[in-house]
Amino acid sequence: MKIHEYQAKELLKAYGMPVPGGILAQSPEKVVEAARTFIGRIGKACVLKAQVHSGGRGKAGGVKLAQSPEEAGRLAKDMLDMKLVTKQTGPEGKIVRKILVTEAVDVAKEYYVSVTGDNENAGLVIVLSADGGTEIEETAKVHPERIEQIPVSAIEGLKSYECVRAAKALGLSGEAAKELPGILRQMVRLYLEKDCSLIEINPLVLTKEGHLLCLDAKINFDDNALFRHPDISVLRDPMEEDPKENEAAKFGLNYIRLDGNIGCLVNGAGLAMATMDMIEHFGARPANFLDVGGSASVEKVTAAFEILLSDSHVEAILVNIFGGIMKCDVIAEGIVEAAKVVELTVPLVVRLEGTHVDEGRRILEASGLPIIQASDMADGVKKAVEAAEKARSLPEGGERA
Amino acid sequence: MSIWVNKDTRLIAQGITGKQGAFHTGEMLKYGTKIVGGVTPGKGGQKLLDVPVFDTAYEAVHQTGANASVIFVPPRFAADSILEAADAGIELVVCITEGIPILDMTRVKHYLEGKKTRLIGPNCPGLITPDECKIGIMPGYIHQKGHVGVISRSGTLTYEVVKQLSARGIGQSSVIGIGGDPIRGTGFVDCLKAFEEDPDTIAVVMNGEIGGSGEEEAATFIRDHMTKPVVAFIGGQSAPPGKRMGHAGAIISGGKGMAEGKIAALRQAGVTVAMTPDVVGETMAAVLKV
Repeated sequence: MKIHEYQAKELLKAYGMPVPGGILAQSPEKVVEAARTFIGRIGKACVLKAQVHSGGRGKAGGVKLAQSPEEAGRLAKDMLDMKLVTKQTGPEGKIVRKILVTEAVDVAKEYYVSVTGDNENAGLVIVLSADGGTEIEETAKVHPERIEQIPVSAIEGLKSYECVRAAKALGLSGEAAKELPGILRQMVRLYLEKDCSLIEINPLVLTKEGHLLCLDAKINFDDNALFRHPDISVLRDPMEEDPKENEAAKFGLNYIRLDGNIGCLVNGAGLAMATMDMIEHFGARPANFLDVGGSASVEKVTAAFEILLSDSHVEAILVNIFGGIMKCDVIAEGIVEAAKVVELTVPLVVRLEGTHVDEGRRILEASGLPIIQASDMADGVKKAVEAAEKARSLPEGGERA
Repeated sequence: MSIWVNKDTRLIAQGITGKQGAFHTGEMLKYGTKIVGGVTPGKGGQKLLDVPVFDTAYEAVHQTGANASVIFVPPRFAADSILEAADAGIELVVCITEGIPILDMTRVKHYLEGKKTRLIGPNCPGLITPDECKIGIMPGYIHQKGHVGVISRSGTLTYEVVKQLSARGIGQSSVIGIGGDPIRGTGFVDCLKAFEEDPDTIAVVMNGEIGGSGEEEAATFIRDHMTKPVVAFIGGQSAPPGKRMGHAGAIISGGKGMAEGKIAALRQAGVTVAMTPDVVGETMAAVLKV
């Protein structure tokens, strides 16, 4: 689960980490009010930061400096409700609904610090770079030697010599070098206590006064551990998530929207991925990843069809089921029932294999529905790709299925 | 011969009275697996399908002489069940449960270090030695006794591959699902090593996927230590970066874990890579010249 920057900073603050003052605002009036607090108190500028779940906001126009409350108000009017298109959001972008107004800071230097899982070693890793402010992936490409990775034990926690190594990697001295261990310790503590999967502070800055400050923050959490963190679960912002993916999750479907034309419904994540690969192999692109899981009730299949059909890019649907524990006749009944509820506006190709496959195929045939049956996986993918091409070549308003 | 499980394996099922646990206990019994006990705290003394239920794994092991365990316990309690099995002296623990918090698995992994317990999974279909012992949720009937070892990170894709092998008369020595989570007990290398040492296995199929570096490590092991031929398929070649493809471990992040790199590493190690999942059986048949 992802959270907003303002929420991440509140968590950091609760863990005693240095963050700049900030006020969340959802209207231009509130932004002006917030700006007045900072500009009046500190006597200088404030920064408006669009709150969307994406990195690269600065380059996309989601971070603006305001010299006066009036300017802040004008900027807020433009920023609120704007569609922010960053490198990470894709062309559809994200609507800005909240702005974090924060005090402007005199920055001497920017650094990168993060804590994440080191799964190969069943531990954590602290990643540092003296090149802060840019995406770590970029730094990794251009200057891999400027990235320091310090493995940390998830059992014993951070050790003091690891902190010394971290301070050296950032080239810190004086007060700042003394402040870093506290920040790193709290990051590791927060990570372990709240089941995070990433805490990224980019940039961590050295102020002109010589202190460290977390100027930006990104925290992701392990979804599987949310049950033991009700305080974290409430930070979820459904507006930031894909509505189709949320709808799918309600029915226990694992759905990820992609940008192709073949909608697919598969049982098992591995087979679902392999089905997507086959679709590309035959020259089309998958519209989604969808794993119906180990059981597929009529409700589940109906919900899956509704989600697939609501995607206007879908030109054909491919159902690929290898029934192990799940029986093919049950799936077939689910498909037939679902097809009664949902109007199938695109061709439907079904490949059934496994337990009770003959009964399953018979049920599909007897249904009288225009279902294209496939003998195996390759046959199914081929037929779906062909059906999509055929559907596309028909004139507008023509019979589609 | 086979690896890790055979007709002498004595199994207990943790979470035996749950919906999944009860159903699959029945399926495993039908296949011929020797299930000597089950564990559900608070239900000790009951029986399920004639299998005695115990309150703790410790009691189950001491009263039945079990040497293997399969776990169907819900995710929030599953890590604890793995540790319980290890502490009870079980040698082989197979955890089917999906959705265990990653930090729980981090602790489990550290706890098991240096202990005699082998963990398979979590989030896996289990393992099977055809005609002898099935531990897990795979459909038994698609398997055929034989000499090809199969290792996979996924469930249904494994069934697909096994069916292709069986259809060509290529039987399997053992089939192991190592699971789709980023932290797992047994990895590709452990399985490859065991198959290399198993005199009854003549070749190995490995089904990898995007995310992590298990396939790259496997490639290094194959290059340096395997004498038996290996056929591989890597799923997720079409998956976009940054999106988790169902399995918790199936994600390309920071440019790492891409299918391309895995395929290249395996090819360099002399592995025959099937580019699509439907030709894995065919590819193995060509390698074995059958």
